[in-house]
Amino acid sequence: MTTKKRFKDLTFWERLYIPVIIKGLVLTLKTMFKPKVTMEYPEVKFEPPASYRGRPVLVQEKNGVERCVACGLCSRVCPALAIEVQAAETELEKERFPQKFEINMLRCIFCGFCEEVCPEEAIVMSKDYELVFQDRDSAIFGKDKLLVPVENLQDRIDFLRKFKK
Amino acid sequence: MSIWEVIIISLIKILLIVVLMLLTVAYLVYFERKISAWIQNRKGPNRVGWHGLLQPFADVFKLLLKEDIVPEKANKALHTLAPFIALFVAFATYAVIPIGPTIELFGYKINLVVADVNIGVLYVLALTSLGVYGITFAGWSSGSKYSLLGGVRSSAQMISYEVSMGFSIAGVLLLSQSLSPTKIVEAQYGWMWNAILQPIGFITFVVSAFAETNRLPFDLPEAEPELVGGYHTEYSSFKFAGFFLAEYANMIIASMMITTLYLGGYQIPYIDKLGLNQTLTVLLQVGAFLFKTAFMLFFFMWVRWSIPRFRYDQLMNLGWKVMFPLSLLNIVWVAVLIMVFRL
Ligand code: SF4
Ligand code: SF4
Repeated sequence: MTTKKRFKDLTFWERLYIPVIIKGLVLTLKTMFKPKVTMEYPEVKFEPPASYRGRPVLVQEKNGVERCVACGLCSRVCPALAIEVQAAETELEKERFPQKFEINMLRCIFCGFCEEVCPEEAIVMSKDYELVFQDRDSAIFGKDKLLVPVENLQDRIDFLRKFKK
Repeated sequence: MSIWEVIIISLIKILLIVVLMLLTVAYLVYFERKISAWIQNRKGPNRVGWHGLLQPFADVFKLLLKEDIVPEKANKALHTLAPFIALFVAFATYAVIPIGPTIELFGYKINLVVADVNIGVLYVLALTSLGVYGITFAGWSSGSKYSLLGGVRSSAQMISYEVSMGFSIAGVLLLSQSLSPTKIVEAQYGWMWNAILQPIGFITFVVSAFAETNRLPFDLPEAEPELVGGYHTEYSSFKFAGFFLAEYANMIIASMMITTLYLGGYQIPYIDKLGLNQTLTVLLQVGAFLFKTAFMLFFFMWVRWSIPRFRYDQLMNLGWKVMFPLSLLNIVWVAVLIMVFRL
């Protein structure tokens, strides 16, 4: 364990400060010639890992139908009150489907609670971080914008299966 | 030469120097940003123009297009005056700094310095001490406590460090026995650079120069975490740009002073022994002066992005209990040099 040195414990050389300052200067000089880590954003885009929480999206099955059964749990748990679900009946096996599913992206805080609470794995966090709107109305994403084919979300779903308990 | 010719030539020289200086300052800001980026593993500005070389102009136009806000509680006259004092001091100092030897142009003999003063060093010292008024006025007239604290800190800091600065210079003057920059440079022939002869004086002078120009690690007047923007918290638009300009202009002066007083000015050791022709020697020497100044400027920035800021009491401690005695010690050392080695 290293103990913190007080001023009175410093040796004469350490009190001079100059050697330490030179050490610091050498370090920064070396850093100047190291490779840069800057990503030039619009041209180079950051590809987030599976654990990344981008905008929440609805999983669309291969047959084009959403997984969601409109149980309303996500809407209930959302701390920002960003989700609105309107349930309706369907002939399909799952019996219920969301007639209307809206997420207000101005309210969403990307906490991922909706994903965590969903019993059907129907809402997951995507890797999409480019969210730009010109007005408030266009910030409310309906089903048209929320539905994403399941193939595109495989990464996140695998991640959830592995770590979500 | 008639009086009109003298006036016109001087005006041209002044114009040239002002334009040159503004350009240098603009690119200093650019390099400051680049160097800070490199030190932090970033690329720095690279969007405006080739490798971001037009960035300074973008910055300036942005600043000029901003609204000029004067706080309601401010003392309007002083609030306006302050940046101009700072600017005036910074610009006026350049008058005595020679950029080169005398040249012949269109049949006129032209000295490449606006005013050839034989007490140049004293003139620079006097003017840079005036600079503190700009900052103090700015702090006081803004009618804001952050600005006031920044201004007060600045004046206290500048006054404290001026003492050790003056004493360090005394060592140089003792050796060269002159106040003229040219004579001081000539006295440092060969490797007799003052930085080598009196290292303690060199260190105290450089440290004081950092404090005088309000650069990190001594930028307490504008310590952002404590004082928001310091003395220029309440400034915007062109007046803010004025302070910005003045700070960088002061940095250039400080670098030139360090080069002239301690790093042998335009001298390249023993260049006259190489038997090069006259023009080439002069060109090389001007190049050497610019190179040394550029290195000092780089050093200023390098230090800024490497060393954290001092606490205020540490700053005062350092100024009065360390730098001041050290500069006195330096004078004793120089006296020993003169008495024992007959320099
Ligand atoms: S991520 Fe959080 S805030 Fe956003 S919709 Fe889901 S639960 Fe609501
Ligand atoms: S928790 Fe899942 S299944 Fe229930 S409404 Fe939300 S998205 Fe649909």
